[in-house]
Amino acid sequence: MAQLDTRQKLAILADAAKYDASCASSGTAKRNSRDGKGIGSTEGMGICHAYAPDGRCISLLKILLTNSCIFDCHYCINRKSSNVRRARFTAQEVVALTLSFYRRNYIEGLFLSSGIIGSSNYTMEQIVEVARSLREDHDFRGYIHLKTIPDADPELVHLAGVYADRVSINVELPTTGGLKRLAPEKSAPQIEGAMKDVAHAIADGRDARKRYKSAPKFAPAGQSTQMIVGADAATDSDIVGKAATLYDRFGLRRVYYSAFSPIPEASAVLPLQRPPLMREHRLYQSDWLMRFYDYRPDEVRAAADDATGMLPLDIDPKLAWALKFRDRFPVDVNRAPREMLLRVPGLGVKAVNAILIARRWRRLALADVGRLTVSIAKMRPFIVADDWRPVVLADRAELRPVVAPKKADQMELFG
Amino acid sequence: MRVAALAAADDFDGWRDAARSLAAQRVSPADVVWQVGDLPTDLFGDEAIVDGNAPPPRVPRPFIDLARTVAMHADPERFALLYAMLTRLIAEPRLIDDKADPALRRLEEMAKGVRRDIHKMRAFLRFREVEEDDTTRFVAWFEPEHHIVRHNARFFVDRFASMHWSILTPEVSMHWDGETLTEGPAAAKADAPDGDPVEEVWKTYYASIFNPARLKKGAMLREMPRKYWKNMPETALVPALIAGAQAREAAMIETARAAPGGNSEVAWAALREEAAGCQRCPLWKPATQTVFGEGPVDAAMMVVGEQPGDQEDLAGRPFVGPAGQVFDRAMEQAGIDRSRVYVTNAVKHFKFEPRGKRRIHAKPGVGEIDACRWWIEQERGILRPRMTVALGATAARSLTGKTVTISRERGRVLTLSDGSAAWITVHPSYLLRLPDKTQADEEFARFVEDLRGAQAAMA
Repeated sequence: MAQLDTRQKLAILADAAKYDASCASSGTAKRNSRDGKGIGSTEGMGICHAYAPDGRCISLLKILLTNSCIFDCHYCINRKSSNVRRARFTAQEVVALTLSFYRRNYIEGLFLSSGIIGSSNYTMEQIVEVARSLREDHDFRGYIHLKTIPDADPELVHLAGVYADRVSINVELPTTGGLKRLAPEKSAPQIEGAMKDVAHAIADGRDARKRYKSAPKFAPAGQSTQMIVGADAATDSDIVGKAATLYDRFGLRRVYYSAFSPIPEASAVLPLQRPPLMREHRLYQSDWLMRFYDYRPDEVRAAADDATGMLPLDIDPKLAWALKFRDRFPVDVNRAPREMLLRVPGLGVKAVNAILIARRWRRLALADVGRLTVSIAKMRPFIVADDWRPVVLADRAELRPVVAPKKADQMELFG
Repeated sequence: MRVAALAAADDFDGWRDAARSLAAQRVSPADVVWQVGDLPTDLFGDEAIVDGNAPPPRVPRPFIDLARTVAMHADPERFALLYAMLTRLIAEPRLIDDKADPALRRLEEMAKGVRRDIHKMRAFLRFREVEEDDTTRFVAWFEPEHHIVRHNARFFVDRFASMHWSILTPEVSMHWDGETLTEGPAAAKADAPDGDPVEEVWKTYYASIFNPARLKKGAMLREMPRKYWKNMPETALVPALIAGAQAREAAMIETARAAPGGNSEVAWAALREEAAGCQRCPLWKPATQTVFGEGPVDAAMMVVGEQPGDQEDLAGRPFVGPAGQVFDRAMEQAGIDRSRVYVTNAVKHFKFEPRGKRRIHAKPGVGEIDACRWWIEQERGILRPRMTVALGATAARSLTGKTVTISRERGRVLTLSDGSAAWITVHPSYLLRLPDKTQADEEFARFVEDLRGAQAAMA
């Protein structure tokens, strides 16, 4: 095979990395290089330096060290039996590429993952070496996200956490049955065991920092994971349940949902068609309900259809919940507690906070609430304001046609 | 009429000093003209600002932060709006909490626009490397919407303090030499370098990280509006990426359809094993086991029934009960080799109502059929049958996704959404339920005729 130059390798190894949804660069410790040494900074909020036509944020240089792999996971374009072109970066090539992109303000940092070559330990060593060189040889203070390999030596995983802002291990599939079918060499207990180790290391690190300020930071942006949606038989209800368990057991910062998408060189085990991207969107919305809107997992699951366990595609899960539990509405914006205001379809966290402050000052009319939100139309049947009571609307047996978005609105989300 | 002159478009300190003094003298907002730079004095403004001796007014702290941000907005009215709000706040400080007040809302929206522009400048500004005498310098050309450049320079110092860089804009330019930040005059795009070899590498990355199977142009445009595109090298690729996306996805699906990788026997066995643990709908609870399809995975004909019955549920195999026997007999009469046909059910768990010691068949609901359709789709994905025969309304619903009237659709070839052929006929259990012998014989003959028709349509 002819030698590949950097650009050709980058094309292969970025293409191979794009099925990982995460590109976040947020939530880490604040750093800068104001002192004139080193390079880079991080703020609380991440920065998306570009958006691809798939609507995804490009914040990090997201690549694999190599797309060769000894595993044969069916959903993965890099699996052993796949016929794709293979390439491999050296650690120093990745370091140089990261720095040259960073200096031109293209990226916030690096998200490095890899196919498994040789052994898990060897692969993990190579990944850690890139992070080490960036941090120690170049005093790089930007963001680093490393994917860790479940059965690598815990010492190496620990080292990854010392250099990286975030570490992640993908659970890959929401059900163990799905994992067994699609990733026969991976094991759910091993993946979850590794997540547990990382969760402990993060907690220990935070503990140590409380006592000794000089203690090294360990993955200050926490750990995350990803589940593929639509490649196994899991329903939305299963997936929500799984995500809730993961948040609960391992203190994850984020669970990413990635709608299975067709890959070149697909295996026959995989479905041919992708699930609707809207399904992935609804799962992210349900995730938000749990993380920011105080919904318990079983409440989110109640928004799904009882027979199929699937969230509606035409309306968001918050609206679906409200339509199912009509007896909890209308909510009086001038008196209701925060928890109930958060349940009103169309009222976001910011709007709820503004309402809570504003109503200490005077009673709010419908137009006041309207100024705090994007659109009042959807929430009218669900609220009581100083000059508004949804008498006719609230009595309607079939509310869904009134509040559900029109077809044209939804097309936009697909397109 | 008073004229308050400000040194620059983002001169917050100048505004604050003037506003303090005007407010202390209780000057009405209607009597102040706010002017930036050395523009000729407004015709009606004749009195300059003089410091009053009255103590400076007090306003809530959050207003100062708000005003500092709004002062950078491009709206020429910004200083007047801020002063009007200031005078209201002096009279009623709690107004700052009235987030629904229209004037306050407007200022909050302006601040939001400024913050967004600040963020987008940090995101979308692109440096190009140029060789200077003995060092390299990184130069960027950027066109912000609001007066944010001075404010934002700090961010770039914090991040790139060890580099030498310049940010050129139509309003002002900022230069950093590794130690001090200096300000220069307005610049033009031509002052900035017109390229950097690394941009080609970056564009390679941009094109490769894009997944053509999930095109979402609207989402991209919401976060990266076109107004920023002209100074971002990678955006030149967008039209071609969008144009090629659908073709690339279709090609992937077509390749997979035409030449499936892997081994379909293994794929089918793995699917069957996963189905054994299916809990997609509540029917798994009372049923004995999942009854998966069976038959050769390279079968050209796939037959879909309704759901396993009592005997199938116990045996774990489809089509072994009374209806299955009718089916076998009909296949024989139709001259179709039963061993070359793959048989499965639309719903893979037995749905029943207990009646004493017996379990009476219950018709699966639309929700259960839809929940179970996932398996049929997977089976069809592996088998890729040339002909799929639906026995009864449940199977027809499962394959087409809609409610179908059997009598209207039976006896002719239908095309499924994936382009393959389907044939709809009755379920053999219907034949078992007919009380009249003559009618049963007639219907059986029609059923055989349907199966023959499906077989013939494959040729």
